[in-house]
Amino acid sequence: MTVDNLKTEILTITKMKKYFTIGYRDIFKRRPITVKAVDGISFTVKEGETFGLVGESGSGKSTVAYTTVGMYRPTAGHISFRGQDLFEGKNGRSLSLKKEIQIVFQDPGSSLNPRRSVKQILELPLKIHRRDECRTEQIVRLLEMVELPPDYMYKYPQTLGGGEKQMIAIARALAADPSFVILDEPTSALDVSIQAKIINLLIRLQNEFHLSSLFITHDLSLMRNVASRVAIMYLGKICEVAQTAEFFRNPYHPYTRMLLSSIPVVSEDEEKLKPQKIISTGEIPSPVNVPSGCSFHLRCPRKMDICSQVDPVMIEAEKEHMVRCHLYEQGRQGNNGR
Amino acid sequence: MNSEFLLEINELCVNFDVYGGTLKVLDGVNFTVHRGEKVGLVGETGCGKTTTMKSILRILPMPPARITNGEIYFKGRDILEMPEEKLRQVRSEGVSMIFQDPTAALNPVFTVGQQLEAVVKYSVEGKSLSKKEIRERALIPLREVGLPDPERMLDTYPIQLSGGMRQRICIAMALVASRELLIADEPGTSLDVTIQDQVLRLLHHLVQEKDVSIIFITHTLGVVRETTDRVYVMYAGRMVEVAATKDLFANPLHPYTHGLMDAVPKLTGGGIADGIAGRIPDYLNPPTGCRFHPRCSHAMDICRKEKPAFYNKQGGVSDDHQVACFLYRDGEK
Amino acid sequence: MTVQTKNPKKASILTRDKRRENLGRRWYKFSRNPMSIVGMTTVLLVVFLAIFAPVIAPHPEAAGKFVDFANASLSPCWRYPFGTDVIGRDIMSRIFFGFRFSLTMGMVVLILVVPPGVTLGLIAGYNQGTWIETVIMRITDIFLAVPPLVLALAIASVLTPNLFNSMIAVSLMWWPWYTRLVYGLASTLRNEFFVNSAEALGASSAHIIFREILPNCISPIFTKMSLDMGWVILIGSSLSFVGLGVQAPKPGLGTMVADGSQYLPDQWWISVFPALAIVVVVLGFNLLGDGLRDMFAAEEV
Repeated sequence: MTVDNLKTEILTITKMKKYFTIGYRDIFKRRPITVKAVDGISFTVKEGETFGLVGESGSGKSTVAYTTVGMYRPTAGHISFRGQDLFEGKNGRSLSLKKEIQIVFQDPGSSLNPRRSVKQILELPLKIHRRDECRTEQIVRLLEMVELPPDYMYKYPQTLGGGEKQMIAIARALAADPSFVILDEPTSALDVSIQAKIINLLIRLQNEFHLSSLFITHDLSLMRNVASRVAIMYLGKICEVAQTAEFFRNPYHPYTRMLLSSIPVVSEDEEKLKPQKIISTGEIPSPVNVPSGCSFHLRCPRKMDICSQVDPVMIEAEKEHMVRCHLYEQGRQGNNGR
Repeated sequence: MNSEFLLEINELCVNFDVYGGTLKVLDGVNFTVHRGEKVGLVGETGCGKTTTMKSILRILPMPPARITNGEIYFKGRDILEMPEEKLRQVRSEGVSMIFQDPTAALNPVFTVGQQLEAVVKYSVEGKSLSKKEIRERALIPLREVGLPDPERMLDTYPIQLSGGMRQRICIAMALVASRELLIADEPGTSLDVTIQDQVLRLLHHLVQEKDVSIIFITHTLGVVRETTDRVYVMYAGRMVEVAATKDLFANPLHPYTHGLMDAVPKLTGGGIADGIAGRIPDYLNPPTGCRFHPRCSHAMDICRKEKPAFYNKQGGVSDDHQVACFLYRDGEK
Repeated sequence: MTVQTKNPKKASILTRDKRRENLGRRWYKFSRNPMSIVGMTTVLLVVFLAIFAPVIAPHPEAAGKFVDFANASLSPCWRYPFGTDVIGRDIMSRIFFGFRFSLTMGMVVLILVVPPGVTLGLIAGYNQGTWIETVIMRITDIFLAVPPLVLALAIASVLTPNLFNSMIAVSLMWWPWYTRLVYGLASTLRNEFFVNSAEALGASSAHIIFREILPNCISPIFTKMSLDMGWVILIGSSLSFVGLGVQAPKPGLGTMVADGSQYLPDQWWISVFPALAIVVVVLGFNLLGDGLRDMFAAEEV
């Protein structure tokens, strides 16, 4: 644990909010309808770490990714990379800063331009960020890095399988020589055997190039094997953060327990690890109509009176294990209900 | 043809004519479903699961596709030879399909009610019903799938509903049509895990209460384990293993099944095994003999030359555990 | 670990093979509809006749200043398959030369219209939600609001009536259609992940517009261009018909129809054959355009 504390922070997100105005309630445009995609989150990623962000649809996890990489500007709060604020000034970030943070998107089908060959796709980051060296050689090396044969250069994305497309997307992201990679559900659209290959490739590359990463997925079993620390999001806020083993062994937040109890697993050993089954009732509310108080109270099996009125704040329930829930606040019964 | 089966597929072979030649997609598919059973069909993208299911309903686009061999029996009747009229009856009363993406399966410009009523109207008995009766009929499955406020639901548009609700509407539509066999193609893959859980429990409940049989098609092993009684594992147009679900997970036999199980990330941690080497075969020139042999670490000479039949693992957990692999030709290896 | 550089010759063979395969697949899709083949053949025939008119036409002198009253107003016969007009010029030969005007007009208008129209559409689509988009699209809307033929007539009548000016007139009211088409495509494509990736990598706007977005718009643009050839020729013929395009004695197809209209219905061949020629050309391009659309249709699995 002390070693972790010595590691420097590479990405720091402080009280970030991202709201989208999707329309107005009246024709005079006075009362906007706002989607609170991300509603005040803070976390830090350390060098070399894989920080996992887990959540269901509407949780805002993808918005966090897109904002960090620069597709959106935060409505409030800050994101800094190695101490430097990413959104300083109006003109967007510099080229050297852009190259440091790269992203691999969820859908391999649309993250590669169907009208460009693999060679052209991989050439782009090379052209922008590295001026020297023979590009064809570099491209061959990139392809080898993701275990694809060199003649894939001349193929077009339509002739590639989903897994191969993702590998090209990964090669493209790494071609810019970043320090930080965001992986937004990189294998959700893929079959399990291809997922295995890609995840192992990612882990290997991360170690080889000393990368730090933000890994986003809704698949908790996958997260268990990939991340060093996990944060779970619900309707734009973080509910719980902990080291991976601790997160799975000792989940505090009722939402975490609900998710963990719903995962389909393949073996008896895994079944034993799951918390007691919590049957989720009702629908996931939309980020347009966020309930008052704690946003989870409508579905929470351990709801108390205070939950519908006051939004809880993040506290440290145990060392390095943060949770945002009234059940664990000082003065309440310490029983965390197993 | 065995009359104890609700559905029986024998040695089905389907080819597709495309630019460049013929894709020999299905190469002798054998598949059975009993009444009141939940059967899983596990296979990765491109293995032919959807093609098989579409063949049952005969909704394959018949230029490119061609059924070159095999039979499909539903309740003892030959589906492939059936005339169009009888087939419509089967589709409207016997078998129906729930597609993978509920958003794409529902027409956005019609209300839920209009779509449900359309299914009733075009069923064989629908012709004789009055408008009021049709609406009544449409309400029944909405209640069965546990949707809140069914009367109001009839007048909502799909876009106003969440993914989980849309999936339930698709299930309701399937139930309006048929009461005997539901084919669910990846139900819940596009849904969140908690909502998927709800949908799967609903399907389970339907089997119990309504004696509906369900075929679950999926590539997610965890879902199969929790929701099915019996499982088929499919690879490259052929079934490679079939067993009671408990048996398959306790004791996977086929090297491909092993590979799949290993590749699933486990809650116990410890990293993920490396997956299966190679790619799915090119259906234009599929491998000879056993189609899995190029990727199999146990491949023997005979695997390249001949197609394995289904072998029983003698003295195994049950006689119903069959595997199409030469490793088990002479009982347990 | 040293890396072998791919043998460049083998690489270009691979690209060539890939291109051939792509072409083959495209042809397969195109050729499945017989009408597309008809369209393509018709267009090729017209182009051929236009290019080789001086050599193929039975009476090439008929295209210029020529009179032959002895053979005037002859109905279609072996020597003059489409008959002759009132001053003895062979209609068929004049039609072959007339194709030249039609095709020239079509090509020149498209060359004038497509690059700026497409570029404006790309810029507007990429800069969606900003003042750039607003300015461009409102200007486009203004031009689109004016009825095309009226605008063309107005412009053409202000300028000296000839082929060149009628091309200018048609161009000035044609470009907004391309802007609008491309704007629609570009504003959707702008939000695709591959564009976001390029931006995250630091690509310039010019690269994104022309190298990422534009290649995905090519198919609808080409289809529209093919269909437009027919339309432009039709409008050009209409302008000629009212006297604002190709001037007599030049053999513009519309001009010929106009000239012959006063002799209907007795010497019907003087108007009817040029009119049929217009129909054939326009139809040919339309069928070709439909075929192109099929060819570029989304790749199936």
